[in-house]
Amino acid sequence: MGKRILKKFFFSCVTIVFVVAFNFFLFRIMPGNVETIIARATTTEAVKQRLIEKAGLHRPLLEQFWIYMKDLLTGDFGEAFNSYDGSSNVLTVIMGRIPNTVILLFCAELFAIIAGLIIGVICAQKRTTKLDTGLLSGSLVLYSMPTFWFAMLLIFLFCATLHIFPTGGIFTPGRHYYGMAKILDYLKHMILPMLCMGILMMGCYAITMRSTMINILTEDYINTAKAKGFSTRYILLHHAIPNAMIPMATIIALNMAAILGGAIQLETLFSWQGLGQLMYDALNRRDYPMLQGCFFISAVAMILANFLTDVLYGFIDPRIRE
Amino acid sequence: MSEKLLEVKDLKVYFEMKKGFAQSLFGKPEVLKAVDGVSFSLDKGEILSLVGESGSGKTTTAKAILQLVPVTGGSVVFNGEEIVGKKDLSEFRKKAQMIYQDPYQSLNPRQYISDIVGEPLMVNELVSTIEERDERIREALEEAALVPPEDYWFRRPFELSGGQRQRAAIAGSLIMKPDLVAADEPVSMLDASIRTGIIDFMLKERDLKGVAYLFITHDLSLAWLISDKIAIMYLGKIMEIGSAADIVKNAKHPYTKALLDIMPIPGKTLTGKRKILEGETPNASSEIRGCKFCGRCPYVMGICKETEPEYIEVSPGHQVYCHRMKEETEDE
Ligand SMILES: Nc1ncnc2c1ncn2[C@@H]1O[C@H](COP(=O)(O)OP(=O)(O)O)[C@@H](O)[C@H]1O
Ligand SMILES: [Mg+2]
Repeated sequence: MGKRILKKFFFSCVTIVFVVAFNFFLFRIMPGNVETIIARATTTEAVKQRLIEKAGLHRPLLEQFWIYMKDLLTGDFGEAFNSYDGSSNVLTVIMGRIPNTVILLFCAELFAIIAGLIIGVICAQKRTTKLDTGLLSGSLVLYSMPTFWFAMLLIFLFCATLHIFPTGGIFTPGRHYYGMAKILDYLKHMILPMLCMGILMMGCYAITMRSTMINILTEDYINTAKAKGFSTRYILLHHAIPNAMIPMATIIALNMAAILGGAIQLETLFSWQGLGQLMYDALNRRDYPMLQGCFFISAVAMILANFLTDVLYGFIDPRIRE
Repeated sequence: MSEKLLEVKDLKVYFEMKKGFAQSLFGKPEVLKAVDGVSFSLDKGEILSLVGESGSGKTTTAKAILQLVPVTGGSVVFNGEEIVGKKDLSEFRKKAQMIYQDPYQSLNPRQYISDIVGEPLMVNELVSTIEERDERIREALEEAALVPPEDYWFRRPFELSGGQRQRAAIAGSLIMKPDLVAADEPVSMLDASIRTGIIDFMLKERDLKGVAYLFITHDLSLAWLISDKIAIMYLGKIMEIGSAADIVKNAKHPYTKALLDIMPIPGKTLTGKRKILEGETPNASSEIRGCKFCGRCPYVMGICKETEPEYIEVSPGHQVYCHRMKEETEDE
């Protein structure tokens, strides 16, 4: 067990090193001249010179890479060309945005997993009935629906027509709530983007869970449990669902990348001040230092998530531990 | 006198075969008759072997008796009570168990051996304390020769050999002290060297606790060795049923004779030619009008292809499904 985790950890670190290098060169080969971009962002020559100096942009490429690596290792992500949320320090801005994204994605993912699991189990249990066909078709439709389209549908329905939820943002502008009221205001803004992402991902989990459960329910050990007189509920909770979590964990891990990608669309559409929207803004402004920082953070988050899934596998599937 | 434990009458299990979408719209669905009118009875502590080629419906018969597949028709009376269609099976479930062919699939890979064996005790509330449960598990593991029990307590199925797994599976079924155990080819997936041990373990349980076995096998010599009664199955139908001696020494049905002809007998070298059955077993979903065996029977007559034979009792308890028996008995 310990050896397996150590090995996974080593490979995770190697992957991060590759990502760091890739991250640097990717932005140097992107179209657009750095100086014109900076010129557009700032007005005074002095500020422009300072920015170029700071990023080492006038030096040879390899030297720039050296500076980049050195800064990264000392936790210095550099200065952005533009200012976001009242700061242009890349790390400060990113750190300020992370909680919003993490809370939104975590809630959406949790909603999707729980709802998908329940729907999948119901479908498998009632398979070939009308209920199963209906839920399965619904899941397939959700699975293949584009995020932006569904988001606009929700905004149109719940915000523009029914006026139940605010159209976007994190807090109601112009109001200064404190304590509990502030939390409630935050949640009210989060519900719609969370449901949007959660419902879209739910379809995928429901389909996976359904097919896995159908396979498991015909296994001999389920029949054995039935013959021993255990109730359907007990068999589902103690035998079938725990074993179905192994393929589910794989799908959840694979989905991580898609979720981070989806966050860019989702946060932009709902003006949710998270990492995704930051990336979108930075991309529009060709803000290399900021983009680099965002990419680095999301890549590390992905690798970390994969590492954690690998570790978790050992607990879900005892056969893997050896 | 022996008491009647199980009475199966005209048991039928039909599966509807799913076909293509177009076909499912037009025309009626194809029906696969996995079990087509099986009848037999079993006394307490008796062993009845169900022998037949693979696909003859042995497993489905056992599952139908245990109410693990939907029963199309017929009746199953267990301890004097009709089981088919009964709502509350909880008492029946405690008294009738099944052992599967493949111990790699019949155990939940996530559970510890002690939980697999002891689970029915807690869930069915057969014990009230943990100590009592552990004691019963210890006993069961010892009986199954998984000793010392502590060595197996916190092991999972994948850490055990095939034979050990099958012992654990059997121990988990026997711990509820059932009256009937349907054992579906329990040793066919195991190495020959460990089969004897497992069979001995099962027979010992019969001798000590009076468990009755419905023993499924395709090995006629093994059936002869251990059973009181043998039933020969072909295409969902019993061809011949009788005491082990009736079947092996005094076989009447051409199919039984063909099986006996290819049965290896210890100490006998092969001399002369063996009669080997020609042709293949037809698909269970094909419609056969007359006798199920008519397509491969060397003595097939006109009537065989037209009407189904009835069971003819040639001696008490020895029944044969064959038209030729009728002539024989009428000739006498
Ligand atoms: N769940 C099922 N659905 C459809 N057909 C089945 C099912 N279970 C078994 N069968 C069919 O029933 C026939 C008898 O199978 P089975 O009882 O497993 O035979 P045996 O145990 O003697 O090898 C086979 O033709 C098999 O394909
Ligand atoms: Mg079988």
